[in-house]
Amino acid sequence: MMEWIRSNLIMPSVEQLFPLAMHAYAALTIEVVLKILVILVPVLFTVAYLTYAERKVIGYIQGRIGPNRVGFFGLSFWGLGQPIADAFKLIFKEIIVPSGSNKALFIIAPVLSFAPSIAAWAVIPFGDTLVLADINAGLLYVLALTSLAVYGVIVAGWASNSKYAFLGAMRSVAQIISYEIAMGFALVGVLVAAGSLNLGDIVNAQSGSVIHWFWLPLLPLAVVYFISGVAETNRAPFDVAEGESEIVAGFHVDYGGMAFSVFFMAEYANMIIIAILTSVMFFGGWLSPLQGILPEAVFEVPGIGILLGEGIHWLLIKTSFFLFMFLWLRATFPRYRYDQIMRLGWKIFIPITIVWLVVASVLVVMNIPPWFA
Amino acid sequence: MIEQTVFYIFSALLLMSAGLMITVRNPVFAALFLILTFFSSSAIWLLLEAEFLAITLVVVYVGAVMVLFMFVVMMLDINLSAMREGFAKYLPIGVLVAILMALSMGLVINAGEFGLVSDSIQRHSADYSNTSELGLALYTNYLYPFEIAGAILLVAIIAAIALTMRSPRSTKTQKPGNQVAVKSTDRLRIVKMKVEKPADDPEEVSKKDSEVTTVVKESP
Repeated sequence: MMEWIRSNLIMPSVEQLFPLAMHAYAALTIEVVLKILVILVPVLFTVAYLTYAERKVIGYIQGRIGPNRVGFFGLSFWGLGQPIADAFKLIFKEIIVPSGSNKALFIIAPVLSFAPSIAAWAVIPFGDTLVLADINAGLLYVLALTSLAVYGVIVAGWASNSKYAFLGAMRSVAQIISYEIAMGFALVGVLVAAGSLNLGDIVNAQSGSVIHWFWLPLLPLAVVYFISGVAETNRAPFDVAEGESEIVAGFHVDYGGMAFSVFFMAEYANMIIIAILTSVMFFGGWLSPLQGILPEAVFEVPGIGILLGEGIHWLLIKTSFFLFMFLWLRATFPRYRYDQIMRLGWKIFIPITIVWLVVASVLVVMNIPPWFA
Repeated sequence: MIEQTVFYIFSALLLMSAGLMITVRNPVFAALFLILTFFSSSAIWLLLEAEFLAITLVVVYVGAVMVLFMFVVMMLDINLSAMREGFAKYLPIGVLVAILMALSMGLVINAGEFGLVSDSIQRHSADYSNTSELGLALYTNYLYPFEIAGAILLVAIIAAIALTMRSPRSTKTQKPGNQVAVKSTDRLRIVKMKVEKPADDPEEVSKKDSEVTTVVKESP
């Protein structure tokens, strides 16, 4: 039977179907897809558990307990099952598309919001060689992607065909555009200091010790960058875009179920991106804070040397700290008034960054030690 | 081969979205298709390994200019029929301008250089940074044109602000300096008074208690 098939039907072999060149492409594609999964699965896991951390942290700050019911195997485990229960609820909820809305744009808006926050992970360096795409223009790429996140908001606000959603989108867009300028200038400061747009090179330029990290020579820029990042992600105290007391929930007021949760995930993924970029650009990325304090021999000790020396764990610790800052800010500060937000962005942050750009250039040109010697 | 496939996909997307941009009825959709057009051309520039120009196109046009465009298009109630009225009248002028632009572009790019194979373009290795090359060229050989362009842009910005600020200012704003300088004594007056003996009647007691409180003064 098999012989008959082979002789009568011309069965192309695998090699004929996929020439050797295609094999190489296929292998490369599979490798890259696997790498993307290795990055994205932990990111989405962190997004889920960041919501849990937020509720717990804010709960404890406000003298509450936070979620403590949903666990595994009949045990509560401090409520660790809560994000999974939430995800189940959101997945099985019906997505209601308002009859007056523009259906295609209504559905595509959450995707437009989520995609840039995921795509930015391609250039984040987790270690000296641990980076998906080691491109020269990494910093520009990140800047481009953060400027794209606004389209999800603006399209959602318009497509919903609702006054609240539209007002929320307008507020959000004006705010994001204003803070993007300060953010961009802060990144230019980093570029001047590191002399490179490659994020890996930026981290390597900070090696030495804690005082070599760019947070010290670029302190105002680091502060401006982080606060602008909070404003860019529409987080408290800059969350006028969804100010529930005035415009219900802002641009995503008409979204429910998974469509809403994609917006939600985009917001949290953006928070993680801002936290990790702050640690990469100003706080030495994967570099160890003990470098330059402990003698070099300590890092050679097997076992403990790996923990004390540079590595991805330091990046994760720094990122976790900045994520905690996001939650801390939300639990501590009341919401800004809209004119105060605009004043802070245009009249305070942008002048500070421009002045410090000049200072940073002078530091670099004069070869001021210990950073630019 | 992969490169050519990507090129054809993005060129098709570019032509399609550019065509839709001018034919679609809804101005918001037109703006969105223009964004898609910018995106596809940015992808084609990336294929040419001009990553700085490609990303700058996204940052400047998609990230900033088009957002403001969308803002305006969404806020304005544009009358479509009025816009379509002059189509036949302006068509000859439009065609003339289109032909002129196509001619000048052909002259600049030099049609003789057109070829389907990209072998004639010299390739650089991966560590070649065209961002720094571009910066060097801009700030050395082309410094004066660059500075003049910057000055023109600055004048345009100031002119735009001056045009919108012509009318006398009618909006009321708060002065943050005054708000920060406020002292607690400006807002609050603490009245000291003797403790009075409680009356026997319980209603009297609550009335007396309410008098022994701080009095909040309205800010001037």
